[in-house]
Amino acid sequence: MIDKSHLWVVIIGLGIGSYLLRFAFIGLVGGRQMPDWLLRHLRYTAVAVLPALVAPLVAWPAATDGALDPARLTAALVTLGVGLVTRNVFGSIFAGAATLYALLYLLG
Amino acid sequence: MSATTTKSPSLGEAFWRGCRHGAPFVLVVGPFAILFGVLATEAGLNVLETLAFSVVVVAGAAQFTALQLMTEEAPTLIVLASALAVNLRMAMYSASLTPYLGAAPLWQRALIAYIILDQSYACASVEFEKKQDMTVPERIAYFAGTSAPVVPSWYFCTYLGAGIGTRVPDSWALDFALPITFLALMAPMLRTRAHLIAAIVSVVVSLLAAGLPYSMGLLIAGVLAMMAGARAELYFDEKARRT
Repeated sequence: MIDKSHLWVVIIGLGIGSYLLRFAFIGLVGGRQMPDWLLRHLRYTAVAVLPALVAPLVAWPAATDGALDPARLTAALVTLGVGLVTRNVFGSIFAGAATLYALLYLLG
Repeated sequence: MSATTTKSPSLGEAFWRGCRHGAPFVLVVGPFAILFGVLATEAGLNVLETLAFSVVVVAGAAQFTALQLMTEEAPTLIVLASALAVNLRMAMYSASLTPYLGAAPLWQRALIAYIILDQSYACASVEFEKKQDMTVPERIAYFAGTSAPVVPSWYFCTYLGAGIGTRVPDSWALDFALPITFLALMAPMLRTRAHLIAAIVSVVVSLLAAGLPYSMGLLIAGVLAMMAGARAELYFDEKARRT
């Protein structure tokens, strides 16, 4: 359960912060050239942050109280594998979900 | 001005072309928003709070990150910093749109900033590169068009998900919908060796740092992985130049 006292601070703070990130260059920098080192780091934000969010959820799922779960681990690997091979987001979500349900059913 | 007579039809045309290009993304955004609505409600948010999240932030991955960290009872500052780190890519989109849209009036750029999304950027980066002769107003109209189907579906499907909310049974294993969705979104981004290295560093550091207090692991892993990706890119570029 979430502590409600800080919820609105998060919603509004995240809203303002996200807007400023979007506005930063197009609004303030205008036509000026961005430094290479900055763009080079920004290129990797998504692949740097998202795996760090997902990895602990895969390794220690809350649903099994943090115990490594063969069904969930396999489903995660299948999703990643299908995504790497096909580059198709829907296809890999479907493959991952199918694997998860099949294994949850088989492993009881 | 003679331009005004031809201006409106070309703007309308650009806007509709944007709409058509953005429309298929509704199929991606819709389920993602429903999932956010469901998970937010399950975490204890009411419909108003859930919907406010989607309207104010308009960034799925960051919203999920904030939600996840709040359920882990991370301090507010860590929640904000981590979710904003996820959204740093918006700054990259903003930077790469600037050469095309930077000449527009400030009020237009201020509005455009709100609708810089993965989907609108994906459409615009292809379109603007392909059609170099578009005028700035046409580009603005096109950009507004790409998000016209996406943003309302984002709101509406969040609302829908919040309505479904806690009625989803545990046996659906929805706890794992988030990891699966993120893995599926991430896999196609691993285009280069540098991207792959960033992702591997991210996974390893986040697992090693999982025991750190205040859920700081995500932030530390993110920053180190970003640096690893940037270093790797320099290294591979340098190597390619020498051979």
